[in-house]
Amino acid sequence: MDWAYLFEISLTGIASGGLYALAALAFVMVYKATRVVNIAIGEMLMVGAYLFFTFSSMMALPLWMAVPAAVLGTGLLGAVIERTMIRPLLGEPPISVFMVTVGLASVLVGLVEMIWSADQRRLPDFMPTQPIMVGDAFLAPKVFWGAVIAVVFIAAVLLVFRFWRGGVALRATASDQAAAYSVGINVPRVFSLSWVASAMLAAISGIIVGSIGGISSSMGVFGLSVLVVVIVGGLDSVLGALIGGLCIGLVEALAGAYLGGEYKLLATFIVLVGILMVRPYGLFGTHEIERL
Amino acid sequence: MRIGTLKETYIADAALFDSRTQKAWLAVAAALLVLFPFMASDYWLYLACLVSINVASATGLNILTGYTGLVSLGQAAFMGLGAYTVAILQAKVGTPFLLNILAGGVVAMLGGIVVGVPSLRVKGLYLAIATIAASFIAHFLFANLQFTGGTGGLSVPPASLFGVPLDTSFRLYWLIVPVTILMLLGAANLFRTRIGRAFIAIRDRDISAEVLGIPLLRYKLLSFGLSSFYAGVAGGLWAYFFRVVTPESFPLLMSIFFLAAIIVGGMGSILGGILGAVFMTMVPELLKLVFDLLPNSTEYTVFLSPVRTIIFGLLIIGFLVFEPHGLAEVWRRIRRFFHLWPFRN
Repeated sequence: MDWAYLFEISLTGIASGGLYALAALAFVMVYKATRVVNIAIGEMLMVGAYLFFTFSSMMALPLWMAVPAAVLGTGLLGAVIERTMIRPLLGEPPISVFMVTVGLASVLVGLVEMIWSADQRRLPDFMPTQPIMVGDAFLAPKVFWGAVIAVVFIAAVLLVFRFWRGGVALRATASDQAAAYSVGINVPRVFSLSWVASAMLAAISGIIVGSIGGISSSMGVFGLSVLVVVIVGGLDSVLGALIGGLCIGLVEALAGAYLGGEYKLLATFIVLVGILMVRPYGLFGTHEIERL
Repeated sequence: MRIGTLKETYIADAALFDSRTQKAWLAVAAALLVLFPFMASDYWLYLACLVSINVASATGLNILTGYTGLVSLGQAAFMGLGAYTVAILQAKVGTPFLLNILAGGVVAMLGGIVVGVPSLRVKGLYLAIATIAASFIAHFLFANLQFTGGTGGLSVPPASLFGVPLDTSFRLYWLIVPVTILMLLGAANLFRTRIGRAFIAIRDRDISAEVLGIPLLRYKLLSFGLSSFYAGVAGGLWAYFFRVVTPESFPLLMSIFFLAAIIVGGMGSILGGILGAVFMTMVPELLKLVFDLLPNSTEYTVFLSPVRTIIFGLLIIGFLVFEPHGLAEVWRRIRRFFHLWPFRN
């Protein structure tokens, strides 16, 4: 047993888990407010990455303009999606809305392939390239800085949730829609807000994921791992998203290092099934009580 | 012309084919199905076989998702189980093909029951995502086990009947279409029985169903088993049709395709499963025809695949937003119009 190697792998796993946590946060935000399971989260992330690619590589904008432009563009997409596809289905069974996001994922993949072609692309490097050493363990710089950015944004989102009026409205809507209405919260606007915010977060994680591993039209597979993260953590729990993200990142890194790359997804899904059997609502999810 | 229906007995109300007009039309349809292979070109026969396989699998998923309310994204994995069983039996054991197809169905059924075990504890979306897990695990097994031929897959010798190999679309048609029709009749009949009614009760409200004395676990597993049996048989036919089975043949996208087919067709309706599968299989072909008609079409061929993907997604979204009951509802509206014709429109 090589402990130094194990330490290094675990570190990489936890760092990439930070990215999962950020994307999972984007997912949980929509789920909490609107009860929509957005299976297209990976594809929204991909759109963010491709917009960044367009602004920074094709239009050669500087970084400080390209990133906000990509994030705003994806936010706009989130607003359009909410308005045209999610709003008309208010009150329909959750499965219908889930399937709409399945269709959405397909549309987004098709659009990306049509506009940017299906080839693998590289995003411009914007992170420092010096290797990071933690003790004796080596950490790829992109992974490290990606994790740092993710942590910063997670902290920002948590603060916004806690103190900003819109964040409070979002939490109020999540815990009881009717009550939120009765104290004067504009619930439909909160729905839009949650989609826009979620799309923006997805764009940020898309830019980081894309700059680590390149972008392609099959980037949405990242979303599958994110889905596992939120199920493991419990669909409506922010804390669950964070802890689930770290766990899945760690499991994937360990499985990839000790068993081989093809075991990565297998390991995550086995963890998923195991958790579902023991705690059907995830580690921190709300256990819904059913009455007749 | 028929205006409304008058049913005087429960038996008449529950009958599989309820009116003389319907029986006449079904006879016409059956005659057309028999005549079709003698008139159609190879391309259309190929499509007919493909549509027929998809109809069988979509009907199976409809039993599970449309009638029992358990959303599954694992249908393709069960088809894969059936296809691999058939491939191994045909290539390495050499048993007769009907037995192989049946065995494919049974193996898939067992797989389905295993995957269905969590269904009592988790439901709704959690279950849907758990079935995604099943499809990944199945893919992994196909790619890594010894006897499945790894990533290269297995090639399947053609089925043969009395020494005649069923190796052309024309010959396979006579295997695939009758099997599909049998399965459709079976599914239609299922919902006239105690088991089928129990499925519907579970879909409408599972806790109420349990209070009424329906053992949830047993019926949910039964539903999973039946649906996977359909998928397995369809997968077996698939193996004989394409003659090669690889782990990549049954991706998650295929499961989504079947779910989309029953949404577009109409959940919880046998006709819906048929219409949806036919429609969803034909749309890409129609798109190809449209692309061929465009002036200097070769320039656009790179766009064919993305456009298909987009249309596929738009169909799912469009039907859910504008016509949640699917094509079956459109068909019912058309029928009602003709039934009521001179009096109300």
